Amino acid sequence: MSLLSISASPHIQGDYSVKKIMWGVVYALIPASLVAIYFFGLDAIRVMLIAVAASLFFEWLIQKYLIKGTDTYMDGSAVITGLLLAFNVPSNLPWWIVVIGALVAIGIGKMSFGGLGKNVFNPALVGRVFMLISFPVQMTSWPTSKPLFSEIADAITGPTPLGIVKEGLDAGLSVNQVMAEVPSFMQQFVGGIGGSLGEVSALALILGGIFMLWKKIITWEIPLSVLLSAFLFSGLFWLIDPTHYVNPIFHLLTGGMMLGAIFMATDMVSSPMARNGQLVFGVGIGLLTVTIRIWGAYPEGMSFAILIMNGLTPLINTMFKPKRFGRK
Amino acid sequence: MKTFQLGGVHPPENKLSSEAKIEKLALPKQVTVPVGQQLGAPSIPIVAKGDLVKVGQLIAKASGFISAHIHSPVSGKVFKIDETYDTSGFRRPSIIINVEGDEWMESIDRNDEIRREIKLDSKQIIDKINEMGIVGLGGATFPSFVKLLVPDGKKIDFLIINGVECEPYLTSDHRLMLEKGEEMLIGVSILMKALKTEKALIGIENNKPDAIENLEKLANKFTGISVHPLKVKYPQGGEKQLIKALTGREVPAGKLPLEVGCVVNNVGTAFAVYEAVQKNKPLFERVVTVTGKSVKKPSNFLVRIGTPIKELIEAAHGFPEDTGKIISGGPMMGKAVLSTEIPVVKGTSGILLMPDVESKRKESNTCIRCAKCVSVCPMGLEPFLLAKTAKLGKFDIVEKELVMDCIECGSCAYTCPSNLPLLDFIRLGKNKVGQIIRNRNQK
Repeated sequence: MSLLSISASPHIQGDYSVKKIMWGVVYALIPASLVAIYFFGLDAIRVMLIAVAASLFFEWLIQKYLIKGTDTYMDGSAVITGLLLAFNVPSNLPWWIVVIGALVAIGIGKMSFGGLGKNVFNPALVGRVFMLISFPVQMTSWPTSKPLFSEIADAITGPTPLGIVKEGLDAGLSVNQVMAEVPSFMQQFVGGIGGSLGEVSALALILGGIFMLWKKIITWEIPLSVLLSAFLFSGLFWLIDPTHYVNPIFHLLTGGMMLGAIFMATDMVSSPMARNGQLVFGVGIGLLTVTIRIWGAYPEGMSFAILIMNGLTPLINTMFKPKRFGRK
Repeated sequence: MKTFQLGGVHPPENKLSSEAKIEKLALPKQVTVPVGQQLGAPSIPIVAKGDLVKVGQLIAKASGFISAHIHSPVSGKVFKIDETYDTSGFRRPSIIINVEGDEWMESIDRNDEIRREIKLDSKQIIDKINEMGIVGLGGATFPSFVKLLVPDGKKIDFLIINGVECEPYLTSDHRLMLEKGEEMLIGVSILMKALKTEKALIGIENNKPDAIENLEKLANKFTGISVHPLKVKYPQGGEKQLIKALTGREVPAGKLPLEVGCVVNNVGTAFAVYEAVQKNKPLFERVVTVTGKSVKKPSNFLVRIGTPIKELIEAAHGFPEDTGKIISGGPMMGKAVLSTEIPVVKGTSGILLMPDVESKRKESNTCIRCAKCVSVCPMGLEPFLLAKTAKLGKFDIVEKELVMDCIECGSCAYTCPSNLPLLDFIRLGKNKVGQIIRNRNQK
């Protein structure tokens, strides 16, 4: 007989691990990755590979030479950051911008706080916003989708549906005139609109979301409150003046709304802990996104909205506590 | 189907011994009876070295209000009164008796017949339960008679009987409900009479359909007793969780079930009450599950208090070679014990032998703020926050974040994907905050 172990209860641990959760998110990103490859071809693969490889490399490098801790790069979280970063950029982005984005995402967004679990902001979004501000031209000229095996010539670039609408409305056109130029809701839902890799198919993102809900990686509170509040808030303006404000469904299906609500806002590290806090967080994102889209300078506001609410998360955590047992 | 709403987990049930009938364990050569077996003050020995004792004879008296009498589980000669290791690994005074024969006190009714008629009145019942040294057998070992003293002006709406047995592996309550169902229900009726309440609700998780069926059938013959199947979820056997599941009432923080008109007793306690009141039999034996994945014959034994656990392991066909940890109780809330010499006490519900591979804790990582601990906490606390602030020694925050509400069920540490020892630090926090509160109250 070996020596007996003595430790305090509980004596069993569930079959859970950080790796399982992180790789679960990676699996949930597969449908959207396949859609991106379908619509943007080899370029999509190129951007995703560079982003993931660079993220892994910087995580390894910083962990080894700056933090000097145990290796963490294979826990899956850097893969998620890399993939999400790729999902947030156009497929024709030069490789070196992607690498810079990954450096900022992992280096500043994550490792400067101490690594996984300690970052305040969603690392992929930190990288994306850095790229958006530093390389506005490259970051906002999206190639129109060119499905695999189709005959369309290369390198046609154009704005996203949200960009078309924003420009059109700013130029004084009516909603009906503008909407005639954008793809149908069905196309927006299934895929085939111009834009970043991960925002072209709401359906693929929703599939990933359902998978994560089923695996209990995310809770329904954040995605639903983001989508519902954005829908209601933009719907309010649409009801008041449908000639100046677009249909709320359009808001839900474009500009990375689904990507943000399902994959970015739900990042467990940078979102609130209690369920009621998560609802507040989600509603904040929904309202801020629509606000930026309608009145802001950028056609889409998801990234900024999430980052702002990330910053408010510690405050939300102290203000909103779980429902306590036996207390009012 | 009913259950409690807030939090909870589903650990693998592993009820390996649920088919094993209760067997009487052979008498050991020597028993070690600790005098501090109950929650509250330790009892005071009233025998001395060399005294001859009979089965059921009082050998240690309760000291103070929250305490319990202890009776000799065997007949024989008191060998010595000395300190021995208890379940928690502390050295505590115990009465050690060398077993000679099996001579019972004449006052105990040893007839196998079931005694159905309840002759005693409420006060007599409570006195009898006190006299017979009955404590809560669910694990907390709170002296049972204290729970039955209802303060003036309070009315008990429900007697709640805990047949949940939500700890993985354990089956002693399950077997008792199957094999001693009628006696147990008479015990429930006795408790109802003592509390002057009309209704008793028995909660059983639906992973024990045979026990539910058996008690439902038997309960027809009794008035006011109803059986309620509950959806399996740990920690449903927690007093507050069970009351919530069965009545929808929520015991306010820091208060007793009395506050919402409930008293909770375990099925094992109800059976012990039957034996005490109807058979005049003190609490000196109990059913103990011996189990584990490598145990050759997972069993349920009727064991005299004071029997070293090695005798139980032997009777379950020996000590598995791969054993890495011995747990008194279940894997979620039980205690890892130091050796096989420690005795069975009133609160021992099971002995779990864990294989070496499962007995080591997994390596812990950093908190990824996944909030799983928050969503499984049945008390609505934030375990990650309590553990973190306790680790930092910020006990004012630990107190403000309601650490004293924690029931130490272990759901947080069980669920943590980073394998953080959350409950270890929360216990530290509870301990320190408890001291702080006591000091403050003294001033």
